Amino acid sequence: MAVRPVRRGDLDQVIALDATVTGLEKQNYWRSVYRRYGVGQHEQKHFLVAVAGRRIVGFLIGEVRDWEFGSPPCGWVFAIDVLPQMRQAGIGTQLLQAVCTLFRREGVRKVRTMLSSDNTLILSFFRSQGMMAGPLIPLEMDLG
Amino acid sequence: MKLQKNTLLALYSVLEFAADPTRHIAAATIAEKYGVSQHHLAKVLSELARAGVVASVRGVGGGYRFAGNLRRLTLMDIIRLFEPDGLGTEAQPSPSGTTPADLALDAVLSEIDQFARATFSSITLATMLGLMQRQGKKT
Repeated sequence: MAVRPVRRGDLDQVIALDATVTGLEKQNYWRSVYRRYGVGQHEQKHFLVAVAGRRIVGFLIGEVRDWEFGSPPCGWVFAIDVLPQMRQAGIGTQLLQAVCTLFRREGVRKVRTMLSSDNTLILSFFRSQGMMAGPLIPLEMDLG
Repeated sequence: MKLQKNTLLALYSVLEFAADPTRHIAAATIAEKYGVSQHHLAKVLSELARAGVVASVRGVGGGYRFAGNLRRLTLMDIIRLFEPDGLGTEAQPSPSGTTPADLALDAVLSEIDQFARATFSSITLATMLGLMQRQGKKT
């Protein structure tokens, strides 16, 4: 199993993996994400895939965000998933370690993420990696 | 938010057993460590055994041992056994229950409860043992 930056030819498998997990096939969304994070080597933006043979078994997307609400630059992970049948094999851990290595090289010393409070599976994964609640509180309101 | 005494005792006990799943620990050892009566602890351990979290071991050197899955069992799974009615942050029915203040307080308490549940539900015993190890290095 290897972790590397995404390639154009991986996209269909990434879309299928996401659809397997979420039940929604978001073609336009993923092509937009690929343009923003995957084409060429964007500085401080990372779209990584985990590959076993020729099969995409996981992905992670993250970026460095600067001075949001006064917070010093930090790494953000905003998407991660692993094929359900390939879980519990350390693939998520390898993806997270890979992006953390890239974040460190880019000079940040903190990594953050945000996800639904009822997503206990991914919450548990991040917790198992040592992540704890941070100083930011997510807020929202209906716009009507 | 405050957990009940039995809940805390259950969490401490489970962490003792989970730290070394092969080891049998006598109830008296845990009772002494946490300054509670064996009678009190026995009720807690009995509930944990009934739920399959620990198993009793008979004979010399007996006691209890961990019987769950470290990577699956969460703090919330343990808490739920002892606080089936909630975490103590949940909105309580107020005398009238329908004033704007009642409803606003209910909304705030529900928000706190949602985060408390998410936190407890996302921390497995394996994660907790790792956290304890890191905390131990700090002291």
